[in-house]
Amino acid sequence: MYAFEIERPSTIADAVNALKSEDAQALGGGQTLIPTLKQRLAMPASLVSLTGIGEMQGVCLGDAGEVCIGGATTHATVAREAAAHYPGLAGLASHIGDPAVRNRGTIGGSLANNDPSACYPAAALGSGATIITNVREIAADDYFQGMFTTALDEGEVITEVRFPVPEKANYQKFVQPASRFALVGVFVAKYADGVRVAVTGASEEGVFRWSEAEAALSGDFSAAALDGLSVPADGMISDLHGSSAYRAHLVKVITGRAVTAAG
Amino acid sequence: MASVAMTVNGKSVSGDVEGRTLLVDFLRNDLRLTGTHVGCDTSQCGACVVHVNGEAVKACTMFAVEADGAEVATIEGQANADGSLNVIQQAFQDHHGLQCGFCTPGMVMSAAALLKDNPKPTEGEIRAYLEGNICRCTGYHNIVKAIMAASGQDVATIAAE
Repeated sequence: MYAFEIERPSTIADAVNALKSEDAQALGGGQTLIPTLKQRLAMPASLVSLTGIGEMQGVCLGDAGEVCIGGATTHATVAREAAAHYPGLAGLASHIGDPAVRNRGTIGGSLANNDPSACYPAAALGSGATIITNVREIAADDYFQGMFTTALDEGEVITEVRFPVPEKANYQKFVQPASRFALVGVFVAKYADGVRVAVTGASEEGVFRWSEAEAALSGDFSAAALDGLSVPADGMISDLHGSSAYRAHLVKVITGRAVTAAG
Repeated sequence: MASVAMTVNGKSVSGDVEGRTLLVDFLRNDLRLTGTHVGCDTSQCGACVVHVNGEAVKACTMFAVEADGAEVATIEGQANADGSLNVIQQAFQDHHGLQCGFCTPGMVMSAAALLKDNPKPTEGEIRAYLEGNICRCTGYHNIVKAIMAASGQDVATIAAE
């Protein structure tokens, strides 16, 4: 790693101020950023740790019944504390990485990084979540802008994420056997006004909504409703772990599994 | 440089570290607690698992300054007060849960974290919990058996003998 300073502010305001200095970068749980720094793929002058900020921690229920999660809340905490309110989301959080990673990694860090194979982007997009930063609220549909790219501006911090709670939801992933990242992961959520289907791991554009499946499932929430559908291989990731055609095929299979598991 | 102070295995410790100093390097190089191992250094293998404020973390993927003020537990603090092996360590010995032993500190720390939250885990729960702890010798069966035994459960039903 190149040398850098670390600051540990205790308020959002102090963190935002610290991030104004040149080449400062936010540090969530560090489960992606620290390996990146080790490979010298990033060279910040300073890191601003967000994990000591109390007002960005924890899970609560909002006035409209939505689940509100502080940006610096770990996956393990979401798995535990969201289970009673939004089991589909808690289930996703409980299968990210491994137990030690879940004790450090944060929802804000995952969403800010927007890894094309990360799990949380599928939950946020599949739930129509709202990403709340120190300056504004961003709808998930506007937030994800391609692989490792988001609507966040320089120095903008995810302070909270709000998830409307669906009637049913489930996340299924087909993991790459070595890295355990999602080769394809699908989050399905059934709301009163329709079904949302968000796919991670598959597309070169990062997480995306499979709108044909949403339309079919909104009429008939069963895996059989997907029978006539197919996902084009164009734009799907192709690498040594799987061709684009394989990933496209998996999207349908995993979506069906998620619908069945959602019940 | 930054000053850090924390409690490690019940003792107050402090030191001056760089921002980039990893917790595992502070433990091993500054405190000379070399029981915590660095296997992959990429947060895959789990040989570096320690507890920070009671939670299992990979000490190679956390900065020392992030543990400032924390309670840290390492393998060196796991034995009983009289120096005898604790129940998990003894079970690893009794059930041949290690061969080369390199992964064992992380395995024992992960097992301790699991049993704290789930005192009677099933075989499947043990295997799932060890997702982030890699062993290249044992094939895991005897590690799972040892953790099962440490939880006071019958190990006769474990898949492979």
